[in-house]
Amino acid sequence: MSESSPPFSLRRFQSLFALALMVVALSLLSDNFLTPDNGWNILRQISVNLCLSIGMTLVILSGGIDLSVGAILGLAGAVAAGLLKSGVELGALGVRLEFTVTGAIVAGIAVGGAAGWFNGFAITRFSLPPFVATLGMLSIARGLTMLWTGGFPITSLGTSFGFLGTGAFLGMPMPVWIMLALVAVFVVVTRRTRFGRHLYAVGGNERAARLTGLNVPRIKLAVYTLAGALAGVAGLIVTARLDSAQPNAGLGYELDSIAAVVIGGTSLSGGRGSIWGTVLGCLIIGVLNNGLFLLNVSPFWQQVIKGGVILLAVAIDKLNARARDA
Amino acid sequence: MPADSDIVLEAASITKSFPGVRALDQVTLRVRRGRLLALLGENGAGKSTLMNILAGVFPPDAGTLRLYGSEVRFPGPRAALAAGIGIVFQELNLIPHLSVAENIFLGREPRTRFGLIDYPQLNSAAAAVLKRLDLAVEPTTLIADLRVGQQQLVEIARAVSEEARVLILDEPTSSLSAHEVEVLFGVIAELKKHGVALIYITHKFEELAHICDDVIVMRDGRVVGESLFTDLSREALVRLMAGREAKESFQKSPATAGAELLRAEGVSLPGAGAGVGRPYLVENVSFTLCRGEVLGVFGLVGAGRTELLETLFGLHAGRATGRVTLEGRPLDLASPAAAIAAGLALAPEDRKRDGLVLPMSVAANASLASLDRTLRGGFVSPTREAAYITPYVERFRVKTPSLDQLIVNLSGGNQQKVILAKWLATNPKLLLLDEPTRGIDVNAKREIYAFIDELARLGLGLIVVSSELPEILALADHILVMCEGRQTAEFARADATAERILAAAFPAAATTAA
Repeated sequence: MSESSPPFSLRRFQSLFALALMVVALSLLSDNFLTPDNGWNILRQISVNLCLSIGMTLVILSGGIDLSVGAILGLAGAVAAGLLKSGVELGALGVRLEFTVTGAIVAGIAVGGAAGWFNGFAITRFSLPPFVATLGMLSIARGLTMLWTGGFPITSLGTSFGFLGTGAFLGMPMPVWIMLALVAVFVVVTRRTRFGRHLYAVGGNERAARLTGLNVPRIKLAVYTLAGALAGVAGLIVTARLDSAQPNAGLGYELDSIAAVVIGGTSLSGGRGSIWGTVLGCLIIGVLNNGLFLLNVSPFWQQVIKGGVILLAVAIDKLNARARDA
Repeated sequence: MPADSDIVLEAASITKSFPGVRALDQVTLRVRRGRLLALLGENGAGKSTLMNILAGVFPPDAGTLRLYGSEVRFPGPRAALAAGIGIVFQELNLIPHLSVAENIFLGREPRTRFGLIDYPQLNSAAAAVLKRLDLAVEPTTLIADLRVGQQQLVEIARAVSEEARVLILDEPTSSLSAHEVEVLFGVIAELKKHGVALIYITHKFEELAHICDDVIVMRDGRVVGESLFTDLSREALVRLMAGREAKESFQKSPATAGAELLRAEGVSLPGAGAGVGRPYLVENVSFTLCRGEVLGVFGLVGAGRTELLETLFGLHAGRATGRVTLEGRPLDLASPAAAIAAGLALAPEDRKRDGLVLPMSVAANASLASLDRTLRGGFVSPTREAAYITPYVERFRVKTPSLDQLIVNLSGGNQQKVILAKWLATNPKLLLLDEPTRGIDVNAKREIYAFIDELARLGLGLIVVSSELPEILALADHILVMCEGRQTAEFARADATAERILAAAFPAAATTAA
């Protein structure tokens, strides 16, 4: 194989095998599982988590963690919705700035990117542990969302914005298009760009990366900014699909995305893993949620089972690592 | 040698490997009742690994431990402790926000009838141990409020209070004051009188005369010498530590010094400050290096050799002072990136910690410093990367099944060759090599000598830091000797002898001690 990023074929194969096993089992257990409609359903459902999880993969590969993506999702969605609906009053000038759909989309992503940049700034400039810096941002972004919305949903955003969440192009739902495009871009970014390689190096051994002349702070700053911007994209999808920005949107989503990354075989200590793994992780979680729903398993049990799957995935990963080292 | 019946602990033919490196190779060691065995050797010789095995931190791959003649196996550190083997690690293992007494008796706290900690009993027992070590601190003081030296003594107090039959001390005096060292030596004498067997790891020869009975020297995971202390001259001891007498089969080519490459004037690096350690780690060092020359930097551990290289490589930006020029132009000591851009390269002493990205492949490690040169249309191209890096990897004869092999699976020697390949791929002018053959087997060592020689002939300048004297004598055109941060001597190759270099490497006080 000529791939330059570390080969994880065995592990990837294991996740793939687990996914296949689930698909087979669920199609036997439920007549409604293996249908085209349900397939699109699952893809639509995982699109938001996958957007977040791509960013989370970058962060975790670099050796960090980002707890703020769910809150940034909420903030970005609310900002985009608010700007679209009523623009922004420029107090001193007495002018109201109206936003087009495109303008609102750009603003939403920019807000996400800015929040992510701030995470990176706090982490690189003040040496805050990523856990703490992004925990702070979680609270800041939640608070800002409440201030911006006054605690009320912003609804009726119009069909052209709604297209982003509910529309379809060439028969495929827009969220799925967005998700696939992002996967394609970030597979290339992680495997085929200088930035991607440096990301693995920083996560794999930060000291060695620095001694090799890599600009470690700049790389981390870019990683957190990207994670924030991707959370912004996820926020737009959520908002467009519901035709409303909920002040609590994205609550707890960071945990689902960390789960997807971990199930996908990316190491929490950094430097090992892949976007493909995360895609599989999201699919596993998505298929599990969907299947348990179809089987009428109570949502409370769904949570218990999802937790078990996370523990199992990481335990298998550890056993593999031990087998490798022995 | 004293009678075998006095042997308390014996480690026989201990072998231990970690991925890519054989840390211990058939090491045998015996400690006797009431005697102190000094374990000497450079960093990376395997001393710490051996101590970890004796203390039950991890098991050996092969070999046996015998305590009073019967074989023992320790599943964990608690088992070793229960068997009477106490250890004071070099790094402090204290809980900063617990008191001195709580730390000394951690896990062995005296209890009241109700199962709660009996604090009066705890504190009075701790006070007794502290008195033994002449340490004037209250048992209730928090560890965090003590000086590092005092913390080290608390650590020793803990081990002493365990009434161990074998006590291992790993560089216990590294942050003690002269008085504290004296007290410690008094305690050691007392322990010996009570029949405790001691293993003492140190880099300070001058300490040995006061406490040492037997000496064992390790290098590259093997025991290279064993003797009664009284039978050993200091020269013999250092020769044992510093390396083989024979220069092996390496033959250096005649120097072809070209134009001046590097000029360093008054390079200094202040220490941590606030009375901790020396005020200067590197103090007023000056030298010049021409193209095609190898400058060898020799010194004992802690002489400031590594810090000198780090300073040149921009790792101490803002703290280091001095004037350094490369080809006549001022060299910015601001960052590794600036140093690399100017044509410097550093192969660090601790490869795993500082040199390699272990989860990455051989190719990715080798191309990491020169990835820009392999991009195609701005993107990483594995084929182009492989094409660019292969000649370098082949030139250093890296033995690997493929370029995609994870670097962690290579031997130490091959890992070092990958690091050399990585830097050569950046077309450097000056290579800084810190202990380039540490932890590397003899054959790979010889190969690396030949590469260093070849690179000098190609017109590169090289600075080789080494604590192996034969290595320095074999490789260097000029030799700079450092001691306690200062340059104490400089020799041309022709004038350098082991005796003259060693004389310059020892602190003035030590020459009379042993």
